Amino acid sequence: MEITKCAAAGTMESSDAYVEIEPCENALVVELQSVVQAQFGDAIEATVRQVLSECGVKAAKVRVVDRGALECVIRARVETAAMRGKGEA
Amino acid sequence: MRRSMLFLPGNNPNMLINGNCLGSDAVIFDLEDAVSPAEKDAARILVRNTMRYMDFRGCELIVRINSIDTPYWQRDLDAILPQQPGLILLPKTGTAKDVQEADAYITELEQKLGFAPNTVGLMPLIETALGVENAFAIATAADRVQALFLGAEDLTADLHCKRTKEGREIEYARTRLVMAARAAGVEVYDTPFTDVNDDEGIYKDASYAKALGFSGKASISPRHVGAINQVFSPSQADIDYAYEVMDAIALAKEQGKGAIALRGKMIDAPIVARAEQTIAMAEALGLGRSEQ
Repeated sequence: MEITKCAAAGTMESSDAYVEIEPCENALVVELQSVVQAQFGDAIEATVRQVLSECGVKAAKVRVVDRGALECVIRARVETAAMRGKGEA
Repeated sequence: MRRSMLFLPGNNPNMLINGNCLGSDAVIFDLEDAVSPAEKDAARILVRNTMRYMDFRGCELIVRINSIDTPYWQRDLDAILPQQPGLILLPKTGTAKDVQEADAYITELEQKLGFAPNTVGLMPLIETALGVENAFAIATAADRVQALFLGAEDLTADLHCKRTKEGREIEYARTRLVMAARAAGVEVYDTPFTDVNDDEGIYKDASYAKALGFSGKASISPRHVGAINQVFSPSQADIDYAYEVMDAIALAKEQGKGAIALRGKMIDAPIVARAEQTIAMAEALGLGRSEQ
């Protein structure tokens, strides 16, 4: 399934993450801002890509603003944004 | 043991991830009133992930799904049931048919997931006049029903009256629910006390609920959990008396007596039953009798 429309999920509150997703042709672009970017940036991006893959998203532009969220929260917000972007929410 | 049950809004990560360290015996992840219609999907996924990845050892997980007159409840159960919650709180339960409809869908999911029958319990939330009048039928509508739960906010709206701290307007509902639940052999839990800043009020309200026969009480604030736990725990005097009762019964048996008195009162079956309940709860809390 493709991302057919712009969608977002989550909030900018502490312990949450805000995720925006939009259609993109032939590429999966992940942009991350995180308060723990230096230590965990690579791990968070890997998690984001893994969730997108599980959701069947091969091409999209994704922006994640992490406000100190746990992995299970980041996973939830990325999945919600992807479902919304696919029109499945 | 569910002395206290703390509601946590289903789309608030900050509260969800701290739910296991707020002192309540159970937490209720709320997918219903605490979540706006536009965020139902997000909350469902967030609660599912929280249950899947977080360790809530020692704290029972309950999920309040959306009511069966909404388009959300089956999707809630699809996401939540694989995480094996202790109980599903079913809001706005008005009739036995509501319970049976939810029970049938949960049974179907349990079979698909390979769970034993009735692995996941059901706790109907009684918050309408119809629900109060049908309380016994609701409590006995399915083997899955483990408890009734009183919701006073919606109930008072349905009764066209104001909710007060004194709670006279819910007196009938409280006693009716306790009677129905005990007759059906299930537990019964009291509505939250909504003034989060009234420390004396929560203590009084919880004490009154306990005196009526409720098994525990829900809370919308972590601040109330301590008072509720205290009220619904046996006191040291209760525990000591319970052990004295059991000692007296043992002595009567040893001496071949059919009846025995303790502190000038005859010990009969209800007193023994209460003593056994007190000791069971004390043991679950790691409490024992005083040093002699």
